Amino acid sequence: MITFEQVTKIYQSAEQEVRALDEVDLHIEQGEIYGVIGFSGAGKSSLVRCANLLERPTSGKVIVNGQNLLSLSPKDLREAKRHIGMIFQHFNLLNSKTAFTNVAMPLLLMGKSKKEVEQRVYELLDFVGLRDKADNYPDQLSGGQKQRVGIARALATQPSVLLCDEATSALDPQTTESILKLLKKINREYNITILMITHEMGVIREVCDKVAVLDQGSIIESGSVFEVFAQPRTEIAHDFVSTVMHDEIPESVHQLIQSQQSTNQIFRIVFVGDSAGTPLLSQIAKRFDVEVNVLFGSITELQGTPFGNLIVKFDGEPKEINRVIMQINQHEVTVEEVLGNVS
Amino acid sequence: MLVDWNQILVALGETITMVSVSLLFAAIIGLPLGILLVVTRKGHLWENIAVFNVLNAIVNTFRSVPFIILMVAVIPFTRLIVGTSIGTAAAIVPMVLFSGPYMARLIENSLLEVDPGVMEAAQAMGATPRQIIIRFLIPEALSSLLLGLTIATIGLVGASAMAGAIGGGGLGDLAITYGYQRFDTVVMIITVAILVVMVQGLQSAGNSLSRKVRRR
Repeated sequence: MITFEQVTKIYQSAEQEVRALDEVDLHIEQGEIYGVIGFSGAGKSSLVRCANLLERPTSGKVIVNGQNLLSLSPKDLREAKRHIGMIFQHFNLLNSKTAFTNVAMPLLLMGKSKKEVEQRVYELLDFVGLRDKADNYPDQLSGGQKQRVGIARALATQPSVLLCDEATSALDPQTTESILKLLKKINREYNITILMITHEMGVIREVCDKVAVLDQGSIIESGSVFEVFAQPRTEIAHDFVSTVMHDEIPESVHQLIQSQQSTNQIFRIVFVGDSAGTPLLSQIAKRFDVEVNVLFGSITELQGTPFGNLIVKFDGEPKEINRVIMQINQHEVTVEEVLGNVS
Repeated sequence: MLVDWNQILVALGETITMVSVSLLFAAIIGLPLGILLVVTRKGHLWENIAVFNVLNAIVNTFRSVPFIILMVAVIPFTRLIVGTSIGTAAAIVPMVLFSGPYMARLIENSLLEVDPGVMEAAQAMGATPRQIIIRFLIPEALSSLLLGLTIATIGLVGASAMAGAIGGGGLGDLAITYGYQRFDTVVMIITVAILVVMVQGLQSAGNSLSRKVRRR
């Protein structure tokens, strides 16, 4: 649906050139919600802006709906853009126009009849839950409502792709959640492919199917959200995951462990899906001669599947602990030792 | 001392004619010029540095000549256009030349204030450059454009008073010939008072109009 082939974007200034994107390859399937995460300056904005040529890549191919956008004439490109909706961090609405006219704008540009425009705009305002705000100006709307207007406007021409440029970054957490729900609904009901960039891992966790981590203009890691959350391969990915997973042992707990003189080992156990429901730890405590102490735990939901993360301390003979690990390994969980032996 | 009210009314009419006609022509010159000064600059819709530099230099040249000198300097041109260099019609030519480039600057400033994000949204939805100017740039800048127009109009009121110096007629002419040269203080005070009221009125009208379209 959207394919980036060797996309490079270089900003040339008098003193230096900045490589915002460095030979990026990216493929997004029809109907997917694809998230790209990275720190500021990683090149996220350039990436999403290259997807509708708001910025022209220095080299490479951007293929959307089977067309290489870079090879299109200005006229064909404008036509192609009607199939690519976009929403922005700061909404970018016309402040001088009502919500109705803002949503109507793409249709007015196409020269649609008044009747057609009216019907479609009310349909869209209904969809985003703002029909009663049709005659309000952006200044009379909250941030979330403005973004809903932005979304309705982006959908006006029935695009097959929606680009989201930090669409929730200017919103509070509750509003963010409602906007994300709306995006998910759009994806489901209209089967629109969504490419979103964000610096918030929570956003990725909430709605995305797949995620790519962008650093210094390159994609350093990508995969299903599940894979990346369960086993981040790069440090940056791990850092992003830990912003929402909280899998670090709190300092106070850490100190507590170190102050205790005993032979114990600390493990991280990741439960996925059904295994999150098994009473694994209580079975272990019953069957083996070890003390089980849960130091830290979190459980979250990824793509409708429970995803648990526990840090436990096993207190007992090393031999016995080994047997425990073997037992755990028979289940659908991953276990790894952390911090080494702290005794 | 008798005040000839009829004379004052005629002068007022002349001033209004001069200001409104020059305003119309200045806008016809200033609006496209102002738009071009925005869209030909670096990174804009019709980036063209050469055109921008030329227009920029022309505007600066006209803006740097004092009006009283401009009036005299363009007399041959004025004669070419209206057939005479004296009178109300003749005053309009230098007034347009004075106000057009000034208005272009004011319009340029207003248009530059428009949030680049709005332009980006317009481009993302596949608007043509023309549509971007007409449907996005101008409506978004309208409130500020109206304030600029008010400033330009008041500038023209001032210029029209100076046009009295070359016999352009109007309130300025009256103030100079009667008030200044014949020591008719009453006429001078009356004309100045009318000008003050006019400027006040224009400014409040401009402000309220601008507020109306701002919708905030």
